[in-house]
Amino acid sequence: MADKQQQVVVKRARHKSSVKDPGTPGVLKLTKDRFTFMPNDPSSPVKHNVEFRTIKGHKFTKDGTKQALLNLTQDQGGNYIFEFENFPDRNVCKDFVASAIALSGEAGRTVPEKSAVPIQDEQLSAAEMERRIKLLQEDSDLQKLHKQFVIGGILSEAEFWATRKKLLEQNYSRRPKQRVALKNDMWSTKPLADGQSNRVTFNLTPEIILQIFAEKPAVRQAYLNFVPNKMTEKEFWTKYSRAEYLHSTKNVIAAAAEAAEDEELAVFLKQDDMLVNEARKKIRQVDPTLDMEADEGDDYMHLPIQDHGLPRNDNKDVLDSQYEPYRRSFSQHLNQHAAVVLQGRVIDVELGDTRSVAEALARTKHAELAKDASDVYLDKERLERISRMTEIEDLQAPRDPAVAPLSIKDPRDYFDSQQANAFSTLGDTVSGAKQLKCSVSTREAYCSLKECISEIKFQGLTEPTINSEVAFKVLNGLAQNISSNKYHLGRNPNESVLDSLPKITREELLLHWSSIQELLKHFWSSYPITTKYLLTKATKLKDAMSQIYPKLQEIKESVQSDLRHQVSLLVQPMLQALDAAFAHYDADVQNRSARSGERPNGF
Amino acid sequence: MSPPVPSKILTDDVSLLMVLIDSNPHFWSSIKPHFSFSKFLSHVLAFLNSILLLNQLNQVVVIATGINSCGYVFDSSSGSVSQRAESLLPKLEEFAENDESLSERDDDSGNGVGSSLLSGSLSMALCYIQRVFRSGPLHPQPRIICLHGSPDGPGQYVAIMNSIFSAQRSMVPIDSCVIGIQHSAFLQQASYITGGVYLKPQQLDGLFQYLATVFATDLHSRNFLQLPKPVGVDFRASCFCHKNTIDMGFICSVCLSIFCKHQKKCSTCGSIFGQAQTRDPSASQQRK
Repeated sequence: MADKQQQVVVKRARHKSSVKDPGTPGVLKLTKDRFTFMPNDPSSPVKHNVEFRTIKGHKFTKDGTKQALLNLTQDQGGNYIFEFENFPDRNVCKDFVASAIALSGEAGRTVPEKSAVPIQDEQLSAAEMERRIKLLQEDSDLQKLHKQFVIGGILSEAEFWATRKKLLEQNYSRRPKQRVALKNDMWSTKPLADGQSNRVTFNLTPEIILQIFAEKPAVRQAYLNFVPNKMTEKEFWTKYSRAEYLHSTKNVIAAAAEAAEDEELAVFLKQDDMLVNEARKKIRQVDPTLDMEADEGDDYMHLPIQDHGLPRNDNKDVLDSQYEPYRRSFSQHLNQHAAVVLQGRVIDVELGDTRSVAEALARTKHAELAKDASDVYLDKERLERISRMTEIEDLQAPRDPAVAPLSIKDPRDYFDSQQANAFSTLGDTVSGAKQLKCSVSTREAYCSLKECISEIKFQGLTEPTINSEVAFKVLNGLAQNISSNKYHLGRNPNESVLDSLPKITREELLLHWSSIQELLKHFWSSYPITTKYLLTKATKLKDAMSQIYPKLQEIKESVQSDLRHQVSLLVQPMLQALDAAFAHYDADVQNRSARSGERPNGF
Repeated sequence: MSPPVPSKILTDDVSLLMVLIDSNPHFWSSIKPHFSFSKFLSHVLAFLNSILLLNQLNQVVVIATGINSCGYVFDSSSGSVSQRAESLLPKLEEFAENDESLSERDDDSGNGVGSSLLSGSLSMALCYIQRVFRSGPLHPQPRIICLHGSPDGPGQYVAIMNSIFSAQRSMVPIDSCVIGIQHSAFLQQASYITGGVYLKPQQLDGLFQYLATVFATDLHSRNFLQLPKPVGVDFRASCFCHKNTIDMGFICSVCLSIFCKHQKKCSTCGSIFGQAQTRDPSASQQRK
């Protein structure tokens, strides 16, 4: 689409102030950001030059109606109505207008300072531009980064998007691919009967053909078999329509009579065997452990013609058995139709060619059958489940013990707890640094152990086991410990330090963090420096980073005293990363100058 | 082993408690002034008896962790009648004898306290638990409690981590009660990963109270109680080559083994590592 899109569209049109107004003839010219209308008569006052930024929507009349109108609506309520000479013209303009409105709307929102689209030094297709703009619009963090770096001139557009290709693609494919579902209304069997003559007309569109093939596999099979060997498509559909007509008259005897004459017609009039088989298979797959009542009674294909509860006050007359196959049940037809509609579109073929549609449907059905047949594992699982439900204990083999599934833990747990641990280990090593020295030989040690054991054997357990005061102290200590832990770590173990900071500080910290990430990513990727371009890039990045550095220090100081320590712990790794980058840069510059000192011709 | 009780319904609070007692003689003789092994045993025996009293179907198994071997010293479900915990004493004595006979002849005096075989007793406990799992659909809920004091032996890092992960997979929590001087990094990790409780009692003569308050509850009731949580867990690993505790090192990208120094080849899986990028000027000149 993108390459077919024109930059300028020029069409003849009439500008009307209202629908009824005959309008002023003229020329409508559409460009990406504005449209102009110049009347044929130069003296006429109807001249327009409007930017698409002000146009909020567009309306149009349907194809095939009397006038080909396009109505561009503005925010404040004004509108511009244009009438075109024919519908194709109007449609071209309509599409162009749609994309222009979308483009200008987004560009207006993302870059309020600059009315032009962001700097580009490469050829980009309009679709690509749209994707980027859309992505920026959706993700405000990304937008901030983009504004900071690309508009600020530190990174170029290409570099910024180079690492985000995956995001762009994802966004593109995320556009919903909605397809029109199958129509729910059943193809009316009441044909358009012309009152005067004896002709009955049926209308068959490709959509209807698809539905027929989906609902009646026997018809599809017959089509594949008969056309084009035995009859042409037109004849086939004529016969089918005849069969439908016969069914609609509900004259079973006549149907039987015609079927006896015409073999092909008989195919349409008889019960659909393929459908019957499918229904049987579905019943077999019903899980008896879930469906309490699922049994043969639910097999609606094989019910007696009493139609399962639907009161039928006519047709109770018993016909000869030879006529039974020609009777069609409405409820069966309805159920089948509903099942097909709910299944939706299974195939993706163009509806024009009837044969290919039939073949595609046949293929999907075969694939399903094959899958079911080979789905031994599914069967085994079902049997296992059934047997588990109807357990007879002593006949069961021992089951493997239950195991816990793999759980990937939130890495924040690890890092948060490490902070606290940094202190506790310090504390311990200071106080508990006295390594236990065992100045006793092994044999003596064992001896004393055995003595202890025999002491108890002879003396028995001490009475009382524990001193009541000691017990009380222990209980108090435990209770205090638990409540203070709860206070410090918070009720919610997932709560982190960030949540306890004031909102502004938190936002700033996160913004700095993501900008540092971005800068460092580009900084480290530009080493080793081999070209001048990389050198300038590294220098620019380093300058940007050195601007952020004092800001971090400021944040550390500005926070309240009780949070200051935690904030400095948060900021510490950021500063360390920046320091490492600076050190590397300086070392590299030194190396470079040392080397250029050796080689007089320089870089 | 006696067959499980089929006629009674096992309710949620029946537990199988595996107790791992640290029987490292060096450790106990070094801690002698503060806490003696006999006092420790009396607290533990009272605790075990009270567990057996909590529910008629509770089971307790005690494994002693020595420095050369580990062994089962008590099983409450052996014999026709549930036994009292005191019957572990003669077996414990036997175990100590056995352990002594296994130690080498030289007298390592003044060598610091060695570590006991925690990995061995953890594995034995897990094997017993697996056997219980396979005994039938009705079994008590198992958990492991380590009463440990010896320092961590870095040589056992890999074995202990393996037992911890298999305990995690079988959903068996490992509780730790550390009676030594230092915290134990291995047991902290064990309790964290498997969802158990880690506690280092401040007052060792109140050990029974700690055990009864924190470790006596069954797994079902733990959902309703607030038990002490450690402030932080020491997640540092030990390197595979020297068994030193490190917090920054090299990792093989194939098998995730940890090394403290750059190596040419991974000792666990044998993959050969590429050359490190050197930044000396001669190399970059060549590139230009």
